[in-house]
Amino acid sequence: MPDETQVTDQPAPQKIIAQGYTFGTVTDQIATVVLTKKTPVFWMASFALGIVLLLLFLLAVGVLLLKGVGVWGLRTPVMWGFAITNFVWWIGIGHAGTLISAILLLLNQRWRNSINRFAEAMTLFAVACAGMFPLLHLGRPWLFYWLFPYPNTMAIQPNFRSPLVWDVFAVSTYATVSALFWYVGLMPDLATLRDRTQNRVARFIYGIMAMGWRGSARHWSIYETASLLLAGLATPLVLSVHTVVSFDFTIGIVPGWHSTFFPPYFVAGAIYSGFAMVLALAIPLRQVYGLKGLITDTHLDNSAKVMLGTGLIVAYAYIMEAFTGWYSGNVYEHAVTVNRMTGPYATQYWTLVLCNIIAPNFLWIKKIRQTPWLLFTWSLIVLVGMWLERYVIIVSSLAQDNLVSSWRVFQATRWDWATYVGTIGLFLFLFFLFIRLLPMISIFEVRTLLPQAKVEEERG
Amino acid sequence: MKAPYYGLIAEFDNPTALVAAARAAREKGYRKLDAYSPFPIEELSDALHLHRNRLPLIVLIGGLTGGILGYLLQYYVTVWDFPINIGGRPLHSWPAYIIITFEMTILFGALSCVLGLLGLCRLPEPYHPVFNVPRFAFASRNRFFLCIESTDPLFDKEKTSEFLEGLEPREVSEVAH
Repeated sequence: MPDETQVTDQPAPQKIIAQGYTFGTVTDQIATVVLTKKTPVFWMASFALGIVLLLLFLLAVGVLLLKGVGVWGLRTPVMWGFAITNFVWWIGIGHAGTLISAILLLLNQRWRNSINRFAEAMTLFAVACAGMFPLLHLGRPWLFYWLFPYPNTMAIQPNFRSPLVWDVFAVSTYATVSALFWYVGLMPDLATLRDRTQNRVARFIYGIMAMGWRGSARHWSIYETASLLLAGLATPLVLSVHTVVSFDFTIGIVPGWHSTFFPPYFVAGAIYSGFAMVLALAIPLRQVYGLKGLITDTHLDNSAKVMLGTGLIVAYAYIMEAFTGWYSGNVYEHAVTVNRMTGPYATQYWTLVLCNIIAPNFLWIKKIRQTPWLLFTWSLIVLVGMWLERYVIIVSSLAQDNLVSSWRVFQATRWDWATYVGTIGLFLFLFFLFIRLLPMISIFEVRTLLPQAKVEEERG
Repeated sequence: MKAPYYGLIAEFDNPTALVAAARAAREKGYRKLDAYSPFPIEELSDALHLHRNRLPLIVLIGGLTGGILGYLLQYYVTVWDFPINIGGRPLHSWPAYIIITFEMTILFGALSCVLGLLGLCRLPEPYHPVFNVPRFAFASRNRFFLCIESTDPLFDKEKTSEFLEGLEPREVSEVAH
């Protein structure tokens, strides 16, 4: 008797999984990446780069703690500088993971099944990197717990009318819920690894982490309810997080910040940069690990389309921003808009227009969406563009606000750059550990994509 | 009295056979049975009558609790514990409370969802008799199992074994405690 019958039906109208897979082969292909003793050179190189940059990060943090936040280019009036730029950039990147795992689940987009796991991992690690900046920016990060309301001898409390306190709650809730969602999704796959591994120690660890999952129909039925409920909770959450991040700006009366279209514009920008990061990770990974049958060209195409759609919303927001600067009749708004386009930050402004308004329109061309290396290049362009966007919003508005006598141009120091590049190291370090130790594609959800997973009902 | 073994388990190689077997066992009158599969199968929940569970209620209660606590926390701090008079504006400034109330609703809802999932499934449970079946390791790969437990009133080793064999499984084996 053959191990498993092959079903050669066309799997789905759009090819979201290659033909010829069985339950056994998908399981083995994804699990082997973790359970093998061989580690690809690509992994070694990426992980080494991660560690080097992580060491740079630790050095930068050490210097910061010894000397204070003045080692960054923070001088009045620009007290937010790189730190908040990087915070917003990283947290935005995280949003694509939750979009894929929660919103696309509710919308029954089955292609999400093969990319949700590593996208959620990306979310978690991006939020971890994002969290570094406000914490370090506190100057005395070991007192971070002052941000939370707790009975204390100082007889003070956080200001619940401040968007910065809302942000503490929004981001910490987001990190917690993302971690929970990710772990719940991992449980059945941890059970698979427990059952597949030959190594006693690994079996014990995966066994403990899987909590004794055994694939019981009773459990699956509750599990499916739990996934839907978590997705239903995470969907408004992800939209709220970047909305609250945008409140950090809009609630303030700084010209260039105080506008009502920031929340939707920030959410769209977050998803735009997040999908760029998903593509930047997926394209090399599927190449190196031979996963083109699971992460197909359709996945890349769909992600590129989401990028195009959200990119157009971002482009619309830029145009509206310039329009309101002019139409408001407010002299300060007008001056800030003109300063952005022609002032000391004009280079950054026009580069971001190139990256975020002109570049995404090339994604209308099918050829670019279907050529992985071109798409990879495009996703890097988008990531740079979205970083510049936050930089221009934060720095240019603060540097040249209402009072001309207090204007000052922001100069980033080498420690600004070291901290920023260092968090990329932290991200790579965590992400590649994840690739090596946990299944990067959700095995049980990919099994449900196979044609043989469909139960054939007898008529009668 | 505890039966000397947990039950009998039959192994199938596709979801259709498992769902058919689960239906047949229900029709035959067996109630203490469970199926094991490497991915969720909706028809299986139908066959075993598993569609209702209390998780949505748990999440609703958890979410409401979080929201109420979040609101009360802010009310207590801004009105009683640490009132700040800013130009005579009202202390009970509810529009400013909405965000944290919302976030706490989501946080408590999600936590009660995960704890509820574990509680309703009685996890973590590192030991379970079905793990004693050597072939059961494939339940997390590509095999589908139906187990009739010895606590079922209709359970009779000979007859149940015969019944399971009649469903054309790959193998029927005994599950030790």
